[in-house]
Amino acid sequence: MPKALRGVLIPLTVLLLLLLINVIKDVDFLDISNVNGALYGNIPNILFGATELVIITIGMTLVTSASGGQDISVGVVATITSAVFIQALAAFGPVSWLSVAGALVVSCAVGALLGLFNGTLVAIFRIQPMVATLILFTAGRSIAFLIDGKVSPNLKNAVTTQIGGVIPGVPIQTPIILTVVVIAVFAVLFKLTNLRLYTQTVGINEKAARLNGIDPVKVKLLVFVILGICCAVAGFISVCKNERHDSVNLLKLIEMDAILAVALGGNALIGGKFNLPGAIIGAYTIEVLNRTLLRFGISPDAIKAVKAAFIIFLMIVSSPVVMSLLDKARGKIAGRLEKSASDKYGGPKTEGA
Amino acid sequence: MQEGTVLEMRGICKAFPGVRALHNVDFTLRAGEVHALMGENGAGKSTLIKVLTAVYTKDAGEIRVAGAPVHFKSPQEAQDGGVGTVYQEVTLCPNITVAENLFIGRGKSPFIKWKGMNAGAKAILDSLGIPAMPGQQLSSCSLAVQQMIAIARAVDMDCKILVLDEPTSSLDEDEVKKLFSLMRDLKARGVAILFVTHFLDQVYEVSDRITVLRGGELVGEYVAKDLPQYELVSKMMGKALEDIDEIKNTQAAMESGEEYLFEAEGLASSAGISPFDFHIRKGEVNGFTGLLGSGRSESVRAIFAADKVTGGAVKVKGKRVKIDKPIKAMKQGIGYLPEDRKADGIIADLSVRDNIILALQVMKGFLRPFSKAEAQAFADEYIAALNIKTASADTPVGSLSGGNQQKVILARWLLTHPDYLILDEPTRGIDIGTKVEIQKLVLRLASEGMGVTFISSEIEEMLRTCSRLIVMKDRHIVGELAGEQLTQDDVMRTIAKGGRADA
Repeated sequence: MPKALRGVLIPLTVLLLLLLINVIKDVDFLDISNVNGALYGNIPNILFGATELVIITIGMTLVTSASGGQDISVGVVATITSAVFIQALAAFGPVSWLSVAGALVVSCAVGALLGLFNGTLVAIFRIQPMVATLILFTAGRSIAFLIDGKVSPNLKNAVTTQIGGVIPGVPIQTPIILTVVVIAVFAVLFKLTNLRLYTQTVGINEKAARLNGIDPVKVKLLVFVILGICCAVAGFISVCKNERHDSVNLLKLIEMDAILAVALGGNALIGGKFNLPGAIIGAYTIEVLNRTLLRFGISPDAIKAVKAAFIIFLMIVSSPVVMSLLDKARGKIAGRLEKSASDKYGGPKTEGA
Repeated sequence: MQEGTVLEMRGICKAFPGVRALHNVDFTLRAGEVHALMGENGAGKSTLIKVLTAVYTKDAGEIRVAGAPVHFKSPQEAQDGGVGTVYQEVTLCPNITVAENLFIGRGKSPFIKWKGMNAGAKAILDSLGIPAMPGQQLSSCSLAVQQMIAIARAVDMDCKILVLDEPTSSLDEDEVKKLFSLMRDLKARGVAILFVTHFLDQVYEVSDRITVLRGGELVGEYVAKDLPQYELVSKMMGKALEDIDEIKNTQAAMESGEEYLFEAEGLASSAGISPFDFHIRKGEVNGFTGLLGSGRSESVRAIFAADKVTGGAVKVKGKRVKIDKPIKAMKQGIGYLPEDRKADGIIADLSVRDNIILALQVMKGFLRPFSKAEAQAFADEYIAALNIKTASADTPVGSLSGGNQQKVILARWLLTHPDYLILDEPTRGIDIGTKVEIQKLVLRLASEGMGVTFISSEIEEMLRTCSRLIVMKDRHIVGELAGEQLTQDDVMRTIAKGGRADA
């Protein structure tokens, strides 16, 4: 099996299974319709809905790898930065593509600063990431509410509505395009820098990293800053989708889904080597799971319990114990096949599969 | 079955993807003997032990304990079946007491009997003569004592067979002595001990029998006193060992003329060595020697700024420079292979390729990654040059044998083409063949103009390779030996008479 495929085997299988369940329940599940020149349907909706989770999951994967812990303030950071976005946009005068871009840059800068704050606590003061980010997690939504001027400001204008929805003439919803753009940016980042090598090296063996000239503090600060910017972009897209800034509910508890996506993608939550494609597929899997539960008419009160049960199942299936059992079973089957083949042909066996 | 046989392993086979780790290996252990399992890295020693303790499942073969076939499914079952194992690294909990370490996690009861625990522990410690108090935190004991407590735990769990996997590799001479007297004591009580070590002298000191493995196959079982050390080595390597005698640094102590690569004056670090002066010339091999804890590792760490540098001035090729972190040392052409391969050297989960390019890549810069093809070419070059045994450059380095891991780290530094290379214990815990290769490599590098500082616990290795030895004691330099003075005797005498410089 190709190495790349093996890494994403579990989340991909689960994702496909969930989609299959949906198709069995509803044959039209995969249908895509064209409404006013844009494509709609369940698949586009899933891609649309998962935007923020995917973007935050990417940053979370890097933070997990380098720091061996998780940032639980991501939803809150996205709420603060999107509040800043709205204030900045208002300050820039009449709304245009340029002023939106400017306000986005400002909110990303704030996201980077908040990331730097979390990163400093983790990298320099050596506070456990979950405890360090608990500070913003606790205080952040109040801060956002104050930035909002103690109201829930609306965001209704020609530009941001197109960003949160559809740009006329473009068949694909803008957030889906933005997801692809963010993933592409990271692909380029991995190609043009040593982000992957440095992050993994620090996560696997910090002492050895230092003795090979890497500054672990800088690497940890960097991944937290990257996550902060990811949060700012996610918050921006979310507020554009909602056309309103609700500091209480914006991306509420997305940190839990993001951590789950990282784990589901085959990443050890204690850090080290990471698998970004796995985490991204994990994020989509969680989105599909959420929607599947809704489609099956599970009452909103029970949905979290059902989701929890499903996640426990997923975690057990992808645990090292079950994986090694699977490997053993595979080895046995392969061994039997080889044996029967060599019995048949009598010749010495060549290299196994 | 012979009288007194407690363990028989017959026809053991075990294969890993692409590697035949064990092929038809037999092993017999008798009550009341210490039996050394010898072989180079990759010979299959660890695999055989792990098959016995059910860390791995065997592909074929039979294991009998006290005559009855056994099929352990987990290390716990093996433990319950009377096979106790103590690994190279102490696997106890440092932050709880000695008594707790002895008793916790044993037996079927989910509850711990706190009452009487300390008294029980005291009885065990006393009976084995282990110098520790039951109420003492484990971390406050020396490594040797911790190792002994791990053994005591295994023995007290009623094991008839005790497996010691390189128990001495992190102990100093005195500690080894204590451990050996404990082993003899256990032997007298009828415990059968399977002992793995890389130190040849230790084998002869305690072992009754020796079983040699090579390349996953059994070479033979011998009575220790009938097998001369020279023959043992050649059986392990599969060839006569004239090689090792060939190694000799013929170069006279460096006289003036060759350029200074590195000079230090009053260098001090946070690791608590007293400030020292040091220099090395182009093409010179020198070494820091002294007992464990004498400060030899701390000295070279100060040169590389691996510990925080707290004082002193350094010059590289005659020019004053400031080296306050490893990257600055690297940029000045200094490479450093650390003493603790696992903790400070390898990035276990990353590939052999990433591990080889790491230092050079970091020197090149965060924003200038090597292309995959370049990295692969570097890796291939050094895998071939150092004869690194790995399935591919993609294999995680952690799955290689110790000697090959060490070669990967060597490759990492050689790839940076340093002017000055520091090797702290490059030969520790690796097989003789690789040791010889590394020593030869050091001499070759020096002949090509590199300066090398070489540290080894095995004094013969240092006498063979170094043209100048700096002798340390209690974190002070107490002498320097060169030329005719390079004998074991002189080193010992220098250490023995060496006092504090200011005393």
